[in-house]
Amino acid sequence: MSTTTADLHHDPHGQDPHGHGNGHGHGHDPRHQHHFATMEQQFDTSKIGMWLFLATEVLTFGGLFAGFGLMQNKYPREFVEAHLQLQRLPGAANTVVLLISSFTMVMAVLSARTNQIAKTVRYLWLTVGCAGIFMCIKAYEYHHKFEEGLLPGMFYHHEGDLIAGSHGYSAFFSFYFMMTGLHGLHVLIGMGMLSWLAIRAKRGEFSDKYYTPVDLVGLFWHLVDMIWIYLFPLYYLIS
Amino acid sequence: MEHTLTAGSVTGDRPRPEKNYLNQTTGIWSWMTTVDHKRIGIMYLVAISAAFLIGGVFALLVRLALLNPQHTLFGKEWVTAEAYNRFFTLHGVVMVFLFIIPSVPASLANFVLPMMLGAKDVAFPRINLMSFYLWCAGAVLGITSMVLGAVDTGWTFYTPYSTTTDGTVSLMTMAAFVLGFSSIFTGLNFIATVHKLRAPGMGFFDMPLFVWGIYATALIQILATPVLAITLVLLMIERAFQIGIFDSRIGGDPVLFQHFFWFYSHPAVYIMILPGMAIISELVPTFCRKTMFGYRAIAYSSVSLALVSFIVWGHHMFVAGESDLANVIFSALTFLVAIPSGVKMFNWLSTMYKGNISFETPMCYVLSFLFLFAIGGLTGLFFSTLAVDIHLTDTYFVVAHFHYVMMGGTVIAFLGGLHYWWPKMTGKMYKEIWGQVGCLLVFIGFNMTFGSQFIMGGQGMPRRYFNYLDQFQPIHAFSTYGSWVLGSGLFLTAINLLASLKMGEPAPDNPWGATTMEWQSSSPPITHNFEEQPVLEHEPYDYRPRTVTHV
Amino acid sequence: MSTHSEHTHDPRKEARAHVITLVTLLILTIITVGASYIQFGSPAANVVIALTIATFKATIVGLFFMHLLHDKAVNAIIAVAGYLFLGIFLLFCFIDIGSRGNLQPTNLHPPTAVAASGEAGAAAPAGEKAAEGKKE
Repeated sequence: MSTTTADLHHDPHGQDPHGHGNGHGHGHDPRHQHHFATMEQQFDTSKIGMWLFLATEVLTFGGLFAGFGLMQNKYPREFVEAHLQLQRLPGAANTVVLLISSFTMVMAVLSARTNQIAKTVRYLWLTVGCAGIFMCIKAYEYHHKFEEGLLPGMFYHHEGDLIAGSHGYSAFFSFYFMMTGLHGLHVLIGMGMLSWLAIRAKRGEFSDKYYTPVDLVGLFWHLVDMIWIYLFPLYYLIS
Repeated sequence: MEHTLTAGSVTGDRPRPEKNYLNQTTGIWSWMTTVDHKRIGIMYLVAISAAFLIGGVFALLVRLALLNPQHTLFGKEWVTAEAYNRFFTLHGVVMVFLFIIPSVPASLANFVLPMMLGAKDVAFPRINLMSFYLWCAGAVLGITSMVLGAVDTGWTFYTPYSTTTDGTVSLMTMAAFVLGFSSIFTGLNFIATVHKLRAPGMGFFDMPLFVWGIYATALIQILATPVLAITLVLLMIERAFQIGIFDSRIGGDPVLFQHFFWFYSHPAVYIMILPGMAIISELVPTFCRKTMFGYRAIAYSSVSLALVSFIVWGHHMFVAGESDLANVIFSALTFLVAIPSGVKMFNWLSTMYKGNISFETPMCYVLSFLFLFAIGGLTGLFFSTLAVDIHLTDTYFVVAHFHYVMMGGTVIAFLGGLHYWWPKMTGKMYKEIWGQVGCLLVFIGFNMTFGSQFIMGGQGMPRRYFNYLDQFQPIHAFSTYGSWVLGSGLFLTAINLLASLKMGEPAPDNPWGATTMEWQSSSPPITHNFEEQPVLEHEPYDYRPRTVTHV
Repeated sequence: MSTHSEHTHDPRKEARAHVITLVTLLILTIITVGASYIQFGSPAANVVIALTIATFKATIVGLFFMHLLHDKAVNAIIAVAGYLFLGIFLLFCFIDIGSRGNLQPTNLHPPTAVAASGEAGAAAPAGEKAAEGKKE
């Protein structure tokens, strides 16, 4: 890794003002980084880091939500009309699929933490599967939008809008594609990370003593779910 | 961690270890792949100094272009209006995104914050290194955009100009986007470090005030920067696909861009100034030999300044078409900023009162800061007053005000901090007298350059204009002469510091007799910072006689 | 790591809790879809109801799936801070957008019956001017 690692992995000094030694992880674990006193301190720190990252995610999406809200305020009638072009059934199905994937994810974390490695692997792959279904349904929806010319910005060429020539329609689909697109990107990244976790879990890298990556990716995955919880009613339902 | 000790080799009070973080390993690769926060801090310091140089050259060019209204030099016209637009845009972009936002946190704080907490490293060393490489990537993108044709939008990228102008706007916004992530990762690291890596016995209110300031900064970096990221993405998409968010011709709302932009960029102003204040809070008690007056008040004021910074951004848009209701609300809220700033100011002054003040270079910078920041801060109140703001908007008064805060505040504090921690970082002492002369030159040059701009601005000289009325010529010329004094002061300072690397005396472990934990290490520190885990034994600024620095 | 309070639970009990959470979320999804077919007076009411349910769902995900309920407080504070600052952002943007029209010419009351008198006559152009200024 670097200059500093070679002789520095042993650290007998307690360093954490909060942590309480728990009998394991005192410098014997190769995953124990030198600047942490205990494995527990390292785990808690990673978790804080992940939550901070999630906060940035919330605010990133938040910018798009703000833009969507303000545009809806500007073009209320166009937005209502445009939203009818979205099919509720695939949208609702995707919500259910993502909720189930969140459940399988939390079960994967639980099984890793309780040393049920075979179960961990199975739940992780189930989560990947749900994510795959989500992306397939998304692709089907995108395909439909492309056929109809319901596209963002200057590519918009749908016929038969009530308020002909209004910018409101293209604005709606601009935001639709940006937000679902960014969300979809997160799903794809999540799928990559989950698969990688499943492979590592299969290799027996996780146990009740070390499951930080499973826990952190789990948090990320729930955030992806959480964002969809907002996207679904905003785009598909509000009329 | 066994080190061969050679007794009495330096002027410190204990032998200096042979191996330190600078010579533990050698070779360029060992630096490129390091996860040592100290080495990353040094690399950042070199990088941002280079950015400061580039931005400074553009600043000198801007001033030179305004030397006379005919834009002539030795009787020949040498600069076009387009070139001038690019000069001030590149000056702004480079200084804001490449220099001042990462300046204190990524370089100085990266180096000293973990040591102040008695930690071996930041919480996520590899993310720290990644942050540095993201900075490099952003710098490369920014420089590419300059080479390929530059940007003339100003550093704020206001729409609709930025969505319609030619030039390499997308590349430059891409650069700012990448730099934003670099900043986020720095902030993320510091928050986790402060929460989890404090020395045994060190509670939140035992931390040095520098750490409090950087912690508040990190909060802003985490909570505001993502909005900038998405704003810049929207800008790029708007340019590429005409999606009609910010451009009113295609159904967008240009003021929306300003809301998005300033939701980040106003708090970003505090990303810049809070670390400066943090450094001052460190230097004042050290060079006055006194316990900090109002420790908790300063700690709270850092955090409350960070929070208040999020609810005042609308004051940048008073004449941009924002609604009157929003104007009034933002105006009232903006006055709040004066409270925590005043709290800090008065606490620093109270600490100095009857202190045993010594005027080493860092303390000279403190005095300079107090003077300049008072002016910068108080002129800020002019802008929160709606009626006055309408007169002063987009005049040189604004330019003068924010330079007094950004340069008179942050850069001066940064230089003070650099001189303060230089012995710790490099193990060398610079020449005191040249440090003081440099400080004085910077102070004089700065006031000449920007003090005069308050006068011009009040008289109505608009900012960013290439041409101006003849009546402003004497003041413009004075300001330009000032920029040369300022430049020579900075040049002298740089020479003095660099020369110390070759010719400086070896630095003792604690040349200033300071009480915070980073001075318990050797100068320069060993790779692990401390021979053994330091334990908190006294409050951070305990200058009572019985507690001397080393334990 | 196994000293967290959340870890001391019986894994079966915990799994059962997760099933209950999932079922709750699914039921809430059905309610959201159902509510969208009902007109609650104004479109704004429907938006508020849909977003309230969504926030409720997101809170459940946060508290149970993301373990915030049993985790260290600092994580919950960070999560809440993220939403809080997003709320600040949205609030002020909407204050501006929502009140942009306040000083449009159409909203200004023209001088009434006394328009003929010199005083009101002088006031009218001033009012118009203010409106003009606002439009720019």
